[in-house]
Amino acid sequence: MMKFKKVFVYCFRISLILISLCFLLLFLVIPLFVVFFNAFSQGLPVYIGNISRKETVESILLTLKILIIVLPVNTIFGIACAWYITRYTFRGKKVLLTFLDLPFTVSPVVAGTIFIFLFSINGLLGILVEKWEVQIIFAFPGMVIATLFVTFPFVARELIPIMEEQGQEMEEAGRMLGANVWQILLKITLPNIRWALFYGMVLCAARCVGEFGAVSVVSGHIRGKTITIPLEVEILYNEYNLVGAFCVASLLCLVGLISLIFRKWIEKRDPVYLYIKTHKYGD
Amino acid sequence: MKGILKKKSILPGYGLSLGITWLYLSFIVLLPLSTLFIKVGSGSFNDFISAVFSLRAIKAYQVSFGLSFISACINSLFGFLIAWVIVRYKIPFKGFWDTLIDLPFALPTAVAGITLTWLYGPQGWIGSFLEANGIKIVFTPMGITIAMIFVSFPFAIRTIEPVLRDLDPEIEESARCLGASRWKIFQKIIFPTVLPSLLTGFTLCFARSMGEYGSVIFIAGNQPLKTEIAPLLIVMRLEEYDYYGSASIALFLLLVSFVLLFCLNFLQFWNKRYTGI
Repeated sequence: MMKFKKVFVYCFRISLILISLCFLLLFLVIPLFVVFFNAFSQGLPVYIGNISRKETVESILLTLKILIIVLPVNTIFGIACAWYITRYTFRGKKVLLTFLDLPFTVSPVVAGTIFIFLFSINGLLGILVEKWEVQIIFAFPGMVIATLFVTFPFVARELIPIMEEQGQEMEEAGRMLGANVWQILLKITLPNIRWALFYGMVLCAARCVGEFGAVSVVSGHIRGKTITIPLEVEILYNEYNLVGAFCVASLLCLVGLISLIFRKWIEKRDPVYLYIKTHKYGD
Repeated sequence: MKGILKKKSILPGYGLSLGITWLYLSFIVLLPLSTLFIKVGSGSFNDFISAVFSLRAIKAYQVSFGLSFISACINSLFGFLIAWVIVRYKIPFKGFWDTLIDLPFALPTAVAGITLTWLYGPQGWIGSFLEANGIKIVFTPMGITIAMIFVSFPFAIRTIEPVLRDLDPEIEESARCLGASRWKIFQKIIFPTVLPSLLTGFTLCFARSMGEYGSVIFIAGNQPLKTEIAPLLIVMRLEEYDYYGSASIALFLLLVSFVLLFCLNFLQFWNKRYTGI
């Protein structure tokens, strides 16, 4: 009887492991493999040819241009916001923290749509558009602003738990010794949070490069002008150029994989970071 | 609290960080969101109701909410299972799996969309096999569900995993010593502890699946009344120059997101109360 029970428990355990591995294989490994399999299905020369097509290069350049604006802006906001939230007590902190969750629960399409209304003729900022005659929606500025919305909390959300955990004794000591705000920031805070900051920026950049829904709504799909890398994937796919679509997709996939590897690497370098990440996830 | 607005802190930069934070948030979040309310407010209440609850919109909500609910259920189940296996058992290549689990967050949604469509389509490895057996996945609600599962399942694993890891083995040991069976321990100790984070994971999965656009539109087929999701309907209304209809549905989805955010905050509060994490 006892032996039977032991065998049963063992079999139960093995089947649980097998079920989860099957799920992970089905939803992680196979899709990842599919991307690279299709991208290289016609050999390396075709792959290189697809990557170096004029439209693809243009889309990469446009995405990089958006990234160059979005990343610094959201990093500065992230540092300021994390400093504000973790170093002072004030009313409405809960509300502010809820705002930081907003892009995670709001559909990217809704995010794109609200900017269309904001800059339409009757919208709140429509007057500015008319007065200065700048094209914002269906043009570069609109895409930048939509990407800003979708990626704004990434840096702040990485920094807040780690700055909370580290406390502010060091900064207070610096202040007592007469350091000003920039000295405290550059010599104490930033070196302490550098890995979290770095990872937040990686996440922000990865999302910025890969964002589809919000950018798709405000881009207007003008060939050669407002096509980012994910939109280029969509266009190629809809033109039934499957291999081409997967070639460009493999670039995006690579960006995603790099961000995952960065995370692992940072966790290894900074055990405190790992501890906080695993204990405060979703906070 | 000493002051109404701030506790006295000797650290400088209060005004600066407050200024940057609220200025940026007003421009990037508050102002755009208020535009949506203004746009919808420009019509009468009946206009709003008829735009939000038109037949096509109701069908789209049924597809979006119904399938999000199903995928969130599946994700909670498998999320719990996988988190359990990762925390409790020795599995081969644990570090590899642990890194790769976040792939759906890192993979751009358009890439996920075309990959799943190919994989489950007639030429794909899984799709060709299933189609030979008479099961069609691409361009059906089942395809949408698979895309939703793919984009959101790490949420379930990552919210449950830390709670399972922090579960004190002594509690289970003492229950065992007092004669509880394995099932009883699971039922009375493990499950109640994990429940708040299980629900958090469920809500996150639901919210993500509901708003998901990029990965779903490729696999959905986008047939009105059948496989059209709510976010796509917003885009459709925009393309039909029905701005009011588009704004109304967007506002409706936004309000649902707010409700979900409220649920998340409540769950977090509940979780803190019972586990202290």
